[in-house]
Amino acid sequence: MTANMLVPLAKLSCPAYQCFHALKIKKNYLPLCATRWTSTSVVPRITTHYTIYPRDKDKRWEGVSMERFAEEADVVIVGAGPAGLSAAVRLKQLAAQHEKDIRVCLVEKASQIGAHTLSGACLDPRAFEELFPDWKEKGAPLNTPVTEDRFAILTQKYRIPVPILPGLPMNNHGNYIVRLGHLVSWMGEQAEALGVEVYPGYAAAEVLFHEDGSIKGIATNDVGIQKDGAPKTTFERGLELHAKVTVFAEGCHGHLAKQLYKKFDLRANCEPQTYGIGLKELWLIDEKKWKPGRVDHTVGWPLDRHTYGGSFLYHLNEGEPLVALGFVVGLDYQNPYLSPFREFQRWKHHPSIQPTLEGGKRIAYGARALNEGGFQSIPKLTFPGGLLIGCSPGFMNVPKIKGSHTAMKSGVLAAESIFNQLTNENLQSKTIGLQVTEYEDNLKKSWLWKELYSVRNIRPSCHGFLGLYGGMIYTGIFYWIFRGMEPWTLKHKGADSDQLKPAKDCTPIEYPKPDGQISFDLLSSVALSGTNHEHDQPAHLTLKDDSVPVNRNLAIYDGPEQRFCPAGVYEFVPLEQGDGFRLQINAQNCVHCKTCDIKDPSQNINWVVPEGGGGPAYNGM
Amino acid sequence: MAELRALVAVKRVIDFAVKIRVKPDKTGVVTDGVKHSMNPFCEIAVEEAVRLKEKKLVKEVIAVSCGPSQCQETLRTALAMGADRGIHVEVPAAEAERLGPLQVARVLAKLAEKEKVGLVLLGKQAIDDDCNQTGQMTAGFLDWPQGTFASQLTLEGDKVKVEREVDGGLETVRLKMPAVVTADLRLNEPRKPRRRRSRCSRPGTWAWT
Repeated sequence: MTANMLVPLAKLSCPAYQCFHALKIKKNYLPLCATRWTSTSVVPRITTHYTIYPRDKDKRWEGVSMERFAEEADVVIVGAGPAGLSAAVRLKQLAAQHEKDIRVCLVEKASQIGAHTLSGACLDPRAFEELFPDWKEKGAPLNTPVTEDRFAILTQKYRIPVPILPGLPMNNHGNYIVRLGHLVSWMGEQAEALGVEVYPGYAAAEVLFHEDGSIKGIATNDVGIQKDGAPKTTFERGLELHAKVTVFAEGCHGHLAKQLYKKFDLRANCEPQTYGIGLKELWLIDEKKWKPGRVDHTVGWPLDRHTYGGSFLYHLNEGEPLVALGFVVGLDYQNPYLSPFREFQRWKHHPSIQPTLEGGKRIAYGARALNEGGFQSIPKLTFPGGLLIGCSPGFMNVPKIKGSHTAMKSGVLAAESIFNQLTNENLQSKTIGLQVTEYEDNLKKSWLWKELYSVRNIRPSCHGFLGLYGGMIYTGIFYWIFRGMEPWTLKHKGADSDQLKPAKDCTPIEYPKPDGQISFDLLSSVALSGTNHEHDQPAHLTLKDDSVPVNRNLAIYDGPEQRFCPAGVYEFVPLEQGDGFRLQINAQNCVHCKTCDIKDPSQNINWVVPEGGGGPAYNGM
Repeated sequence: MAELRALVAVKRVIDFAVKIRVKPDKTGVVTDGVKHSMNPFCEIAVEEAVRLKEKKLVKEVIAVSCGPSQCQETLRTALAMGADRGIHVEVPAAEAERLGPLQVARVLAKLAEKEKVGLVLLGKQAIDDDCNQTGQMTAGFLDWPQGTFASQLTLEGDKVKVEREVDGGLETVRLKMPAVVTADLRLNEPRKPRRRRSRCSRPGTWAWT
């Protein structure tokens, strides 16, 4: 199609689109159909990944052997985070206890266990102690019991402390401040000692199916594909891992789980998941300001009451004066000019926060999306041949801001149910891949379910007129007094990607320039995450339609992806010839946070896994 | 030569993309929990040795690494790239910090004689210390000819022709084997380690102190 198609389309799309947006009719379908008319010839090609351009139709792949070797295991777990490792450890513990032999394989896309793990984190040790009753003797890195718990509302200049009464969800008595990356690393060592086959550096890229539609296992990623999608001389296929049960523990918004939701229609009876983005830094501060064991949470400034979010600042006690601090912004924010990274940097300058950081040194940075949907957004958890655990379906207790303990518990419950099925001699399964429905039943009877049920209404209560403060009042009345037993269940607003208002209806936010001492610019922060990918591979941030970023996202929302990405992956650069912009994807910067896949208003971005071993190199985040 | 055996030295270093942090007591850099990988120049050396093996000019490729127990991971990567055997020279973690080119060169020289290799391949320098000494010292101990900063390597009978990248441009030397060659950036582009984890016939690795 030629350039003169663009002009009438531009005239059509803006006012017409507003109409349709208001009427909420085919909001996503119409603009996409329209822009497809003008896609290929005018728009520079961005996406080259084989998930968008299949290789069996690509001439460059003729004659290339696509054979894959396969290995058989009893259970394959995708993802070595708290949930995946808990499931692996529990399976091997049960196997040793009952003297059975079960082959458990665990694949993890990070180059070493813990390198992609990021969390606050203030751990409720309940599930961890169930798994490792002797964790102290074994030297698990739970070194910092919480000694002081503070909560405050910030205004631009002041800090209003809010008392934390026992019984409120953010009361942290009995919990530990941990560096979750180190804890996960330790759990990885325990898993290996128990005989789990841990394979870091192998990304699960594809789900494999039996003929009857049940899950057969996973395949790891291929290596040796050039940036333009052609094979290199060093091209090699991934490895297939077949299992009787495949456990998906990819963490928040996993890319394989996204495919499974569609294939097995797992989200038919639940609300869409809602998310937040969490950004985190580690700082070495002045010893005089270091208060080991202190937990600090704030809400309020710099966010307004309608944007969910807040901060955390934890003082670790591991020998050096280290603090973990960070900022969470709910991804249902409406202003496309909002940049979660810059809100975080701005927050550090608050008069009650800045003194703690003065004279200190920032040593790490990272970001990850997290679940905020809670009880209402839990999908169906089991399907023939597999099941979902951890933050992938999403068990985070949002007001408590804790999801690690529920993730571990779900892993343990899954392992116990899988073990029962695998060792059941009279097992009769309708499908070749086993469906472990017992897991979902046991989960519903456990403390995990009760906990999530009791806090289910707190996050949705922040959608009212009073915003976040309405949510706090609701918590005070219905959670603190009535313990979440009210008979109604509030609904979320809908998918996060639908919440953005068009740019013309919103005011741009004036962010202060980073000063290089307390606040920093994006690129130096990304360098601190240690992230890197093999540069000569297709970009793993794939677009279903290459023309949508400029024609829709930039035109209507002023390109929110250049603002919400915490790693500077998306940039709108001027075209080399003529007017206009094009989207540049700096895939090497990606820190695997998944925010773009969640928040893209056109839902055009599909995050797939890059070659294993790439991604951030977090150390104890 | 079908009887030729190659010894490739690999070093485990902090990954190049990670930001280095000096320890608070200023005695060194933080290495605990930090992502490590094989030195990029060593990867190029392993790749060259494996290519020679694939051309049937080298019979066996032996990878060697000196350091603490984690070096076994680096050796496994070399094996996955195509080396036949791996030798781990175990050095306790406390002493590993004092391990420098002189000590490693002594070890490599002894191993080269013990294994009766005809070609010793190394990376030109390690990215953590940038010493650029180990290859040269190894050749000195063995009294073998050396071709450093190799950007092209050709075996010709019992001689090896090395095109070197020097300050003035390119220099070609012909060395009589046995010889030591250190790899520079443009020698080749290393392959990714093979994905297949075959557990049945993995060649042996053993510790030698």
